[in-house]
Amino acid sequence: MARSRKIPAGRRDFLKSVVAGAATLAAAPAEAQPAQPVEERASRAMPLLPPVVESDPPADAEVLNLDRSGSDFMVDVIKSLGIEYVCSVAGSSFRALHESVINYGGNKDPEFITCCHEESSVAMAHGYAKIEGKPLCIFAHGTVGLQHAAMAIYNAYCDRVPVYIVIGNNMDATMRDSAYGEWPHSVQDAAAMVRDYVKWDDVPISLQHFAESAVRAYKIAMTLPMAPVLLVADSELQENPIPADAALHIPKLTLAAPPQGDSGSVAEAARLLVQAQNPLIVVDRYARTQKGIDLLVELAETLQAPVIDQAGRMNFPTRHPLNQSSRRNAVVASADVIMGLEATDFWSALNTMHDQVRRTSRPIMKTDAKLISITTGDLYTKSNYQDFYRYTGVDLAMAADAEATLPSLIEETKRLITADRKRAMQDRGAKLASAHDRALEQARTDATYAWNASPVSTARLCSELWAQIKDEDWSLVSILRHFSWWPLRLWPFDKQYQYIGTQGGGGIGYNAPASVGAALANKKHGRFSVSIQDDGDLMFAPLVLWTAAHHRIPLLSVMHNNRAYHEELMHVQRMADRHNRGIDRAHIGTTFEDPNMDFAKLAQSMGVYAEGPITDPNELAPALRRAIAVVKRGEPALVDVVTQPR
Amino acid sequence: MKMKIFRGHSNAAVMGLAMMLCFSAAQVKIAGAAQESKPSAAPAGNAETGKRLFVKNGCYQCHGREGQGSIVTGPRIAPDPVPFDVLSSYVRKPTGEMPPYTAKVVSDQELADIYAFLQSRPHPPAVKDVPLK
Repeated sequence: MARSRKIPAGRRDFLKSVVAGAATLAAAPAEAQPAQPVEERASRAMPLLPPVVESDPPADAEVLNLDRSGSDFMVDVIKSLGIEYVCSVAGSSFRALHESVINYGGNKDPEFITCCHEESSVAMAHGYAKIEGKPLCIFAHGTVGLQHAAMAIYNAYCDRVPVYIVIGNNMDATMRDSAYGEWPHSVQDAAAMVRDYVKWDDVPISLQHFAESAVRAYKIAMTLPMAPVLLVADSELQENPIPADAALHIPKLTLAAPPQGDSGSVAEAARLLVQAQNPLIVVDRYARTQKGIDLLVELAETLQAPVIDQAGRMNFPTRHPLNQSSRRNAVVASADVIMGLEATDFWSALNTMHDQVRRTSRPIMKTDAKLISITTGDLYTKSNYQDFYRYTGVDLAMAADAEATLPSLIEETKRLITADRKRAMQDRGAKLASAHDRALEQARTDATYAWNASPVSTARLCSELWAQIKDEDWSLVSILRHFSWWPLRLWPFDKQYQYIGTQGGGGIGYNAPASVGAALANKKHGRFSVSIQDDGDLMFAPLVLWTAAHHRIPLLSVMHNNRAYHEELMHVQRMADRHNRGIDRAHIGTTFEDPNMDFAKLAQSMGVYAEGPITDPNELAPALRRAIAVVKRGEPALVDVVTQPR
Repeated sequence: MKMKIFRGHSNAAVMGLAMMLCFSAAQVKIAGAAQESKPSAAPAGNAETGKRLFVKNGCYQCHGREGQGSIVTGPRIAPDPVPFDVLSSYVRKPTGEMPPYTAKVVSDQELADIYAFLQSRPHPPAVKDVPLK
């Protein structure tokens, strides 16, 4: 990875050198200078200068120090947006911004968070935004840094999460210094490589332009559907002095109110739902706030309608009797009206796909069921990347924010409910509550199987973990699907910050840094952050453990160490079975054995308290208690558990 | 042996809990088959050999090393497996998401050994005896 070279003389030092060296250079034979090989010139600490006549006024040579440069103003702008942190790997193309944050800005709001990979910087921002509901800032090189960051930006884009990205670039070719690698670190159109998956980008050419674009970018990132935005901060604009006659001002930021469904559509949706024999609500990236969860509870209870949670966000309490997520097939098959709220992949909630030699699909829903959709997804779709999922033909579509639309929908629904309908709804609710209780008991029974097995069962891991954290103000900051969704099946989730959904684009290397970012957001709230960490994912971004240790970010990471890219192992197995070849070689390229990875030692080497590998399930609870004590002191800790595959 | 796997992290990672739970249907189907079928005598099998084969043939990948199952990948198949002939016919010609295992890959005798291993798995503790609430 090319990085800024640690050469003592910087660009401004170079200007200073002009003063000291001007006379000497003026005396040098002019014809000797261009004869040197390019390589040799590039390696010189001091670039060649044109001959200077003693009588010429050395205009640049007068500039030895600056009181304020453009980067100071840029930090003023960033501060005005309420951004708490900048996650970054240091880089020369934004060295002025870096220095302005830590000195001029006092390294507070934003505070500079030292990262070891730009992908982790962005994934930390992803996790942070899931908790805090707003972006933090990323600094990166416009070329190599952004290239590293790209996959994490894609994850955030697919997950409709705001990330505020500022990249350095050297636009003026005559100001690029090869000694610093500034030619390969410069680019005509820096944002081009990520433009398919950022919502907006700009290249400001003046400080006032920067101010206006920075505020605009923040507003766009936070306007639903949210997504990453990107600004290019030209290095000359950062480093040059603020012009004396500059009349700079920072525009006012006013976030756009979320769009609500129109009254006619809301009334029609309420009519369909109230008249339905078996209405159903499907949610995915629905709840933005705790209010959103509360509103969904109110709507579901008003209708006594089951809720299927596709788990893109913390949407609906797991122990609520109307939560029927474990009975998807049954409730979808019986529904006559199905309403999707920010249901990103509505089609897959209503159909199944069969992964055999010839892929087929079949509907689960009734063919005459009415479909309602309320989603901001209808407001924003791009072409190239296919994260919009299969098209679902619906009967009523509102291009609106579901959370903002629910108050009027609830009001209209209540207005339409008659006494007869209310009795029918109560009967329906009682049956659903009974089914919910049976499903919970089934989950508990399922969890007891392989209880004493070694490697440790994922159900045992989640159960032992729950026993240790249930009295904390906990926040589970990891994806869950790789261990059979046990927490959502067994733990009582009811607060918005207790679950942060998935990684959006499915890019590995998300969970470790996103959990650290979410823990960073939880820190000021005094919450106990816990992550169940996949081994394969951690190996993409292990250095984020150092970031957590360095910045004293309290986070308990419990390894789900199944020693494989297990999903891929199953894929290779499927292909081998399909070809009737046996699976003796399916481990090639998919498993992490010979040698086993020692995640405790890895974490310890980063300054993180760690134990393991644990293979005996009876050793798990004591290890968790010790690690929790460390986290409650304000530091990260890791417990490596060798686990069953899923 | 398994009932279903998902098609890749990039796809499956965005699937929600509800979609993963489609296995409950497959699990019910297998369990139902067990109840409706008359028990048939399984051919003699060696549980120790079966344990090795259970891993070698990747059965554990979806059903867990104890056959405990997962709502994400495949149903529980131990410690009380469905009758041998039900299991055997399903393994050879699965109707759900499980990939087929022909006799070329897993012989009848090997299947019997695996079956013996599944039967040998210990029963779980009672819910009230573990920290689940």
